[in-house]
Amino acid sequence: MAVRAGSFAKISNCPKGIGINARGWEAVSAMAQNGYSNLEHLIQDRQFVVTGELGPPKGWQRSEVEKKVELVRGVVDAVNVTDNQTAIVRMSSIAAGRMLVEAGLEPIIQITCRDRNRLGMQSDLLGAAALGMRNVLCLTGDHQSFGNHPTAKNVFDLDGIQLVEMVSHMRSKGVFQCGEAIEGGGPPFLVGAAANPFGDPFEFRPYRLAKKVAAGARFIQTQLVYDIPRFRKFMEQVVAMGLHEKVAILAGVGPLKSSGMARYMRDKVPGMIVDDYYVNEMEKAVANIPKEEKKARNEAWKKRGIELCIEQIGEIRQIPGVAGVHIMAIEWESALRPIVEGAGLLPRPTLN
Amino acid sequence: MIVAEQKPLAEIKSMLGEAKRVLVVGCGTCVTVCFAGGTKEVAVLASTLRMSTHLDSKETVVDEVVVQRQCEWEYIDPLLATLDQYDLVVSLGCGVGVQTLAERFPKIRVVPGLNTMFMGLPTKTGECEERCQACGNCVLDQTGGVCPISRCSKQLLNGPCGGSQNGKCEINQDVPCAWQLIWERLTNLGRQQELLKVQPPKDWSTSRNGGPRRIVREDLQLPEGYRD
Amino acid sequence: MSDTQQISDLKIVAFCCQYCAYKAADLAGSLRLQYPPEFRIIQVPCTGRLDTVEVLHAFEEGADGVVTLGCMPGDCHFLEGNLRARRRVEWVKKVLAEVGLEAERVEMYNLSSAMGDKFAEYATEMTERIRKLGPSPLRRSGKQVAETPVAGVS
Repeated sequence: MAVRAGSFAKISNCPKGIGINARGWEAVSAMAQNGYSNLEHLIQDRQFVVTGELGPPKGWQRSEVEKKVELVRGVVDAVNVTDNQTAIVRMSSIAAGRMLVEAGLEPIIQITCRDRNRLGMQSDLLGAAALGMRNVLCLTGDHQSFGNHPTAKNVFDLDGIQLVEMVSHMRSKGVFQCGEAIEGGGPPFLVGAAANPFGDPFEFRPYRLAKKVAAGARFIQTQLVYDIPRFRKFMEQVVAMGLHEKVAILAGVGPLKSSGMARYMRDKVPGMIVDDYYVNEMEKAVANIPKEEKKARNEAWKKRGIELCIEQIGEIRQIPGVAGVHIMAIEWESALRPIVEGAGLLPRPTLN
Repeated sequence: MIVAEQKPLAEIKSMLGEAKRVLVVGCGTCVTVCFAGGTKEVAVLASTLRMSTHLDSKETVVDEVVVQRQCEWEYIDPLLATLDQYDLVVSLGCGVGVQTLAERFPKIRVVPGLNTMFMGLPTKTGECEERCQACGNCVLDQTGGVCPISRCSKQLLNGPCGGSQNGKCEINQDVPCAWQLIWERLTNLGRQQELLKVQPPKDWSTSRNGGPRRIVREDLQLPEGYRD
Repeated sequence: MSDTQQISDLKIVAFCCQYCAYKAADLAGSLRLQYPPEFRIIQVPCTGRLDTVEVLHAFEEGADGVVTLGCMPGDCHFLEGNLRARRRVEWVKKVLAEVGLEAERVEMYNLSSAMGDKFAEYATEMTERIRKLGPSPLRRSGKQVAETPVAGVS
């Protein structure tokens, strides 16, 4: 693909059509409506989409998944099912995803490059398509040293961007990574990727997003945004590059559970930036409650956490180029409804 | 060069078994440079083994010798004459050295005194860092001379990942983010646009993933019948 | 020397640097300051010359304690020789512990050439320490450790 020479400093010089098939979104809408995901239809229709997240259990009980399913039903357009998040072993995302499909919800299957090679991934994806899953979020994956099996060998046969490309080609060209045709044609996946507006090198981040789009990503979920001015700057560059027209960008938001959590995310999580405002607000929420009254403190924190999240969504909706939000209520799926409702985003639209 | 570090004394001791006469063999090449198996290290290990076995009331003889390189037959062959006197060889060579000795002298038990760690260099006195993974398909021309296979914790070809912050890798503050380095290096060279290209999946078949490797140079092979 | 003073057969090898410690030892002598006879001085150009293997060989040959005395940090005639020595001494303590000897049998002291009194003080202190620890465990077993090793030639 032709890339015009020009320094990264001059964003306006950056070519817009980096490696993207000229038909872009038009090509997608020209395809048969049948078999594509609800999320894809909503995005094409330029609706402001809301997605949530569901962590599968660390066990094999279906009921654990089904409990969470009821908390998100009708609240979001599609639900991410995580894949051994932070390298902690949980029920596989595809297995849990199937339970969502059976319950009438739409999963977004997360798939990382850490635990499987290209054979395993393609094989799992064929199965996922057969079992009714359509949305795939392609991630590089946290290193295994973070999780509960730090002595394991990692795979990383592919990286996140190569995975995006592989899954996109399964759909658009109907081929496996080796070039062989997929029997019966390509599965109608909607391919997504994650973006971290706050990682380093900061100047490179919008271009990394462009690479993901060039590789075939059609929706993006960002990491949690706890620094809105910085996110706004990121989106300005993204819009200047015209990427917002090629890919639906969903800003990551999430309710804080405590001031400890806010501080931890600010100080200990790599790639995350948390404005002191959030830490201060969470601390203020319990300023008048003595430490011994744990229940009261937790409730005050949760209340404020949800309020701050609603506030975030309100501000983020105003930023040009943002096509939706991805709400990550980690191990707190019951917070989703109050947040979505509080942000004025209920009822969710459905297109059939 | 190959970088190794010595196993703990207790582990090496546990390998001695019932051996009464032990020869510690050092190597004068890589492991000398990284202070793991050269003349000094051999002397220290031999001394500690003598003292330690003496305290256990065992009268173990521990002798010392260093060869130029343990990974070439010509340099280790002269040892053959002395090996009859010993029950055990503790090799302070890298994994290659240990295996070369073991293969050439199958009648004597050879044990490793080192853990071979990586291919790298001494960046400062007392510090060595990994630089090469022998993937068999070098792409350093495309990454400004920084290897993503050995220096990126996830071996990305389209890095960095979301965990890169302040130029450090998410797994450890001591590990620089390789893709931050690549970005800086290419920017200095005015070639940062090259990073916009989506690098296709790597062909891992040339790496260890494809099986144990072997190189044959026909131009160097000796004619039939010549002693090697 | 008083009749009641016990002279043991303990040996403490003291590697003293030429520029400070050895001069301080000389000064202690000129000042007629007493220090234990178990304390045996060996002059080295700099404490930086002392390597791990020499400390270990000293114990193999029957020493009960090994100590090195050098210049004050920052005053080393060879700039950082005494700093390297300090690192090595800390390292060799760990090695000794792994072998099964008490780490306290090795020590390093810093002083200047004018500190004759400090020399005597440190010598006495170290000897006292070794007297409390007793003879080296390598000697207690009653047998000699294997003789000087066959040095390798490549």
